[in-house]
Amino acid sequence: MKKLRRSMLFLPAANAAMLSTSFVYKPDSIMFDLEDAVSIKEKDAARLLVAQTLQLPIYKESGIETVVRINALNTPFGLKDLEAVVRAGVDVVRLPMTNSAEDIHELEQHVERIEKECGRPVGSTKLMAAIESALGVVNAVSIAKSSPRLIGIALAAFDYLVDMQTERGDGTELFYARCAVLHAARVAKIDAFDVVYSNVNDDAGFLNEVNLAKKLGFNGKSLINPRQIELLHNAYAPTAEEVEYSKKVVEAAEEGEKAGLGVISLNGKMIDAPIIARARTIIELAAVSGVRKAI
Amino acid sequence: MKIQKEALAGTLESSDLMVKVSPNSGIEIIVNSEVNKQFGAQIRSVVESTLAQLNVTDGLIVIDDKGALDCAIKARVQCAVLRGAEVEELDWSKLL
Amino acid sequence: MTTCTNNNIEAIKAQQPDLNNLVPFTGANTTTPYLNDPVAKHTRKLCQTIEEAIKKCELRDGMTISFHHAFREGDKVINKVIETISNMGIKDLTLASSSLLSCNTPLIQHIKNGVVTQIYTSGMRGELADAISHGLMEKPVHIHSHGGRVKLIQSGEINIDVAFLAVSTTDEMGNANGVSGKSQCGSLGYAMVDAQFAKKVVLLTEDFVTYPNNPASIRQDQVDYIVKIDEVGDPTKISVGAARITSNPRELMIARYAADVIEHSGYFKDGFSIQTGSGASSTAATRFLENRMRDKNITASFALGGITASIVDLHEKGLVKRLLDTQSFDGTAGQSLGRNKDHIEVSTNVYANPASKGASVDELDIVILSALEIDLNFNVNVLTGSDGVMRGASGGHCDTATGANLTIIVAPLIRSRIPTLIEKVTTVVTPGESVDVLVTDHGIAVNPNRPEVAERLIAAGLPVMKIEDLYQRAISLTGKPMPIEFEDKIVGIVRYRDGSVIDVVRQVKD
Repeated sequence: MKKLRRSMLFLPAANAAMLSTSFVYKPDSIMFDLEDAVSIKEKDAARLLVAQTLQLPIYKESGIETVVRINALNTPFGLKDLEAVVRAGVDVVRLPMTNSAEDIHELEQHVERIEKECGRPVGSTKLMAAIESALGVVNAVSIAKSSPRLIGIALAAFDYLVDMQTERGDGTELFYARCAVLHAARVAKIDAFDVVYSNVNDDAGFLNEVNLAKKLGFNGKSLINPRQIELLHNAYAPTAEEVEYSKKVVEAAEEGEKAGLGVISLNGKMIDAPIIARARTIIELAAVSGVRKAI
Repeated sequence: MKIQKEALAGTLESSDLMVKVSPNSGIEIIVNSEVNKQFGAQIRSVVESTLAQLNVTDGLIVIDDKGALDCAIKARVQCAVLRGAEVEELDWSKLL
Repeated sequence: MTTCTNNNIEAIKAQQPDLNNLVPFTGANTTTPYLNDPVAKHTRKLCQTIEEAIKKCELRDGMTISFHHAFREGDKVINKVIETISNMGIKDLTLASSSLLSCNTPLIQHIKNGVVTQIYTSGMRGELADAISHGLMEKPVHIHSHGGRVKLIQSGEINIDVAFLAVSTTDEMGNANGVSGKSQCGSLGYAMVDAQFAKKVVLLTEDFVTYPNNPASIRQDQVDYIVKIDEVGDPTKISVGAARITSNPRELMIARYAADVIEHSGYFKDGFSIQTGSGASSTAATRFLENRMRDKNITASFALGGITASIVDLHEKGLVKRLLDTQSFDGTAGQSLGRNKDHIEVSTNVYANPASKGASVDELDIVILSALEIDLNFNVNVLTGSDGVMRGASGGHCDTATGANLTIIVAPLIRSRIPTLIEKVTTVVTPGESVDVLVTDHGIAVNPNRPEVAERLIAAGLPVMKIEDLYQRAISLTGKPMPIEFEDKIVGIVRYRDGSVIDVVRQVKD
């Protein structure tokens, strides 16, 4: 089954305590943030801490994807960050403020050079683009298609909304950007991540936003508090009824195939290839996440 | 690598450590740790091997440890040494 | 008349030589002279000062005094009374407080000056614990469980001469409780035992109410003297430290795992019973039970022990029928005890004494408990830190662990760099045979003597691991801790609930 990317937990990379415990929460991905979460004076310290933390075997053992948000390449820190984390074996590099495909091409060239220098297989470092401006949203399709290393694009709301001269509200303000980023990801066949929900004490508000993102089709969401992981995974888990129905669909499809039927139906309703594919995905997802439960 | 000036790295938060390096003739390591009874020797050996990797032959290294894992100890010692040595270009093959 | 009676006595003796102890009647109030005085009648128990009460109790060198710790870190009585005793020059006392906490640091000086020379307690924390661990006292401290304390009192090993009991209100006769007045601690479960067994009982109260006070957790027939003081305790500090409420995501995650374990353990049935011990994850597990109970249409018959606000919440929502409360862990629980008729105060004798004719822990299905350390044999240490210094309490740990059908230990696998799961615990307080499941943030281990529980948890998809694998995971992150060194001197004797010695604590080597 394809790698699940429902939850991407942000960690401030200067915080030793968080870096040495965060894997217990089992998010699908952990993103060490060298950018906004680290003060200018501590960039060097955080970079070293992330590089050493990435050496812990427990991330690989737990199947958690490691992501590092580097500083922008036009800052004094971006390239240093990249030198460190590619060599340290990070799975994915996340580029902030991606405005165009050229930004990714520039990053890609540096990554390839570092991979060659340190003996890491070329192409093994994956990339992610964060879209945080009107220009980035407009260019989303070309960004999403810019590199085979790209595994996903993420919408980041804070700077984007400043750019759009508005602020966080009921979601109307993000409506176009969400749809644009999501369509771009689907065109490029990569993953799409929804924005951070910052009020960690409002579970109901968080779940509303999760359900909206899920209905739109986002693979997952960026998170800032580990408490949100279980809520998110549970919301993304199929219900017991969905799993039950999906099993019947797959059964009917298999029987139909054996019998050589062209048209397959279940309870008098025709089931076609997309329905069968969707059913298989639900069964696979249930095997990983379990069925949705009361928390 | 030569420690040119006094430098600090790290914090005194739980699971972290503060490292202070200063110029000295010969290596001198002082370890203060909340977990000294159980892990004092291991902390010292991580500090020593990290210094050796960086070819530090002189320096006074003072560790104030709050129960950090080895990876954090290594990172903080490296950072303090690099700051104290005023090194900008890093040789990652010696840091990882 | 007197003559007449004397004649009667002589006549009885002549006919029945065995009855030679009878005395003649000498007046309506010969033994109750205060009834002749309309003022003294109502004020005979009242003392103006603690010192006056101590004098009237005839407290002398070498005696045993006792206290309850229901105010936990907010206690204002223990230090004050002992300071008064010290000022009066009384020495060589045995202190039998139901427990001692960080707030009892001032006792160090009274141990140094010889006022207190022996201690029985459930536990200790802070500077006092540190000093005793480093050899402050000549005689070792006896560490007992809550149930075990009552047994030691019954057997006479703890022979309380004077009990000093903090209450929030009493009437002039000594009918007292902790659920009315200003500084309420809730249940007086510990104090009820001392009031029953102590030779002299002194109440320290904040407030007097009209006779008869109701409820009477401590009754008039048990009380000798009463002293009014400004403040007996600070209820806001009851839930500080071990009894705190958490928003820490790791503790909440462990709590959620514990709720998962309960749900799938085989004991999550209508009418089940539960206790959550002190410790953030244990207390927090309750909040994850609510939806599971609603979802499966299950209610609990009772919750026992240290009662918390979250347990009260379930009770008031009708999900837990009755609460048996020997210690209220926060202000909400204390108020509920005063308000809710099915929130019932029980003494520690009823709660957990193995020698009582019936202990509630025997009826318990599920208990969630904390640990400072747990080892590969599931032995649990809740007393000493991994540096060998005492910093915890036996509490009801071993009482409930053996009483309950399912004993769950919750703990983070690693605290900063210190692994909680180790080869052998520093001090055994609860034997591994009483422990069924260990829940950590890294995974769940089931005692091999409960294979049926392990099967159910695995079937439910919970992250069950062998305890050895969990240990390896801890060590792979922290490195293997060096064994700590001790002096030869024994500073603490750990008494199992039946009074037997399960372990000792030796002086820390620095």
